[in-house]
Amino acid sequence: MTMERRNFLKLLGAGAAATASVGLAGYANAATSAGGKHKVVVIGGGYGGTIAARYIRMMDASIEVTLIERNDHYVSCPFSNLYLGGILPDLKSLTIKYDKLAKNHGIKVVQAEVTGIDAENHSVTTSKGVFQYDRLVVSPGVEFRTDEIKGYDQEVMPHAWKAGPQTVLLRKQLEAMKPGGTVVLSIPLAPFRCPPGPYERTSMIAMYLKQHKPGSKIIVLDANPDIVSKKGLFLKGWKKHYEGIIDYRPAKKVTEVDNKNMSVLIEGIDEIKGDVINIIPPQKAGHIAHVAGLVGPDGKWCPVNPTTFESTLHKDIHVIGDSSIAGAMPKSGYSANSEAKVCAANIVALMNGRETTEMSGVNTCYSFLSEKEAVSVTGVYQVNKEKNVIEAVPGSVGVSPDLSELEAVYAQSWVKNILNEMSS
Amino acid sequence: MRRKWSGMALALGALVMSAVAHAAPPSAEMLSNACGGCHGTNGASAGPSMPSLAGQNKDFFIDAMKKFKSGERPGTVMSRLAKGYSDEQVVAMAEFFAQQKPAPAAQKAAVDRAKVAKGKSVYNSACKRCHLENGKDFEEDTPVVAGQWLKYLQIQMAEFQSGARKMSEKKTEKVKSLTADDWDAVAHFYASQK
Repeated sequence: MTMERRNFLKLLGAGAAATASVGLAGYANAATSAGGKHKVVVIGGGYGGTIAARYIRMMDASIEVTLIERNDHYVSCPFSNLYLGGILPDLKSLTIKYDKLAKNHGIKVVQAEVTGIDAENHSVTTSKGVFQYDRLVVSPGVEFRTDEIKGYDQEVMPHAWKAGPQTVLLRKQLEAMKPGGTVVLSIPLAPFRCPPGPYERTSMIAMYLKQHKPGSKIIVLDANPDIVSKKGLFLKGWKKHYEGIIDYRPAKKVTEVDNKNMSVLIEGIDEIKGDVINIIPPQKAGHIAHVAGLVGPDGKWCPVNPTTFESTLHKDIHVIGDSSIAGAMPKSGYSANSEAKVCAANIVALMNGRETTEMSGVNTCYSFLSEKEAVSVTGVYQVNKEKNVIEAVPGSVGVSPDLSELEAVYAQSWVKNILNEMSS
Repeated sequence: MRRKWSGMALALGALVMSAVAHAAPPSAEMLSNACGGCHGTNGASAGPSMPSLAGQNKDFFIDAMKKFKSGERPGTVMSRLAKGYSDEQVVAMAEFFAQQKPAPAAQKAAVDRAKVAKGKSVYNSACKRCHLENGKDFEEDTPVVAGQWLKYLQIQMAEFQSGARKMSEKKTEKVKSLTADDWDAVAHFYASQK
């Protein structure tokens, strides 16, 4: 069965390439649901899902949009490192609710756990009943591949890679640590959510140790052969502010933990002890994407059409944000926001029987190095039509020339704007 | 089983083809929506250092993007992002934002009344020939500055004073006698406008 399916997918790829030039199906069928009104269901109330729901309603208020999210609020992962470092006193400014989204845009917000997706019958099963859709947007973020770290227990060694109670737990552990202690931070192999995130976290924890825990250090065990993002800038900031505090070790993959001894094992052998241990586990698409069969042959991420973000495995289901394979676009909050708008515009086009529009996306990621300095990476993205993948527009991708106080000021306004987009 | 798969292959093949073969080039809306993550939905910014683009003068927008691209105007992320767009795309975005309803920043608390009064008189003597109607209107490629975020205006005015951001000859001449306090007062005056 699995083999057959793989072969089928190969066939499908070849078939699509061979017939693409014929292009007889530029316009999708409008209206599939009985009763006239088009229905879109969105799963996930984070950076992607909220924006997809809102923009679909902004672009076509005749479409009925239901947003399903398991929590009654959402805490932003971007900027949560600033809480660990002590720049933010709590997570309040990073927490959004859905009431205004519902009120201002007529989005039906349902707090429920999604348990299944029936692609054939166009329905979503949840803890609060079954929802029918004409098109479905799946934006579930990431799930952790904890099976790759033997003994992993997030209550002992928090990941804090989904902001909320986990972030608070890690902060409390840092506060409780004795001066002169050791923090261990484990970074998984790329790709993972927020490529510069672990290095920003390293900076923020080092800043906290420098200010509050004299004599302490942070050992960074990176499974990658080198710093994944903004390398030169992070090294510069670490040298400037945290000399002797950060011990960065590349190509060190944590494969096992010992919760009693508070230690981690690298490739099952080399043992490193820590007073506080922050394990960021390797990642894959959100759980529901696996349940629904949206994950590609790599077993981790969801292949999508780069113009519409429609799954290449299931018709009428779109996958955006961290779970999707969006070519050169990184797994960031800004990318999810941008992808959601592309997806929304093309869902509205398809539902109205109009031509779709090529994507144009943006990513901007800020990282803080100290209380007042930040750096950024940017990119503008479009589809390479020959290769049918999302690529960066040459010249648009780059990092800050130096640590910048001005960028820290802009970053603060960025987070206000992007969270405001998601919640108003 | 095999028959079922091949049937699906046909259906899916058509699906995949549809979006690839016949998507129109990015529309003004598609291009501009991507800016909203920083500049707010339809260019109405909610962050004090991030300028609103809603209702901005089209020619100013085009000129600003050109100068970010060439490096003539100092920038952070915009110096890089501007390079991602063709001249035609920049014009499309300029038109999109010019058509959006201006969104005066919600910043009552930040604006100082004494500075606003002083700023009004500085404005009348040095600025109003080009920044028309208390900064609500424009001439040629001057920006709409009324109701813009105070923090953003202050950052820009600091760059004008330091010489990092170049001024036209006309502007250089007009502002040559302004003190740092005068500049700041004008920022408060513009920010206070609705």
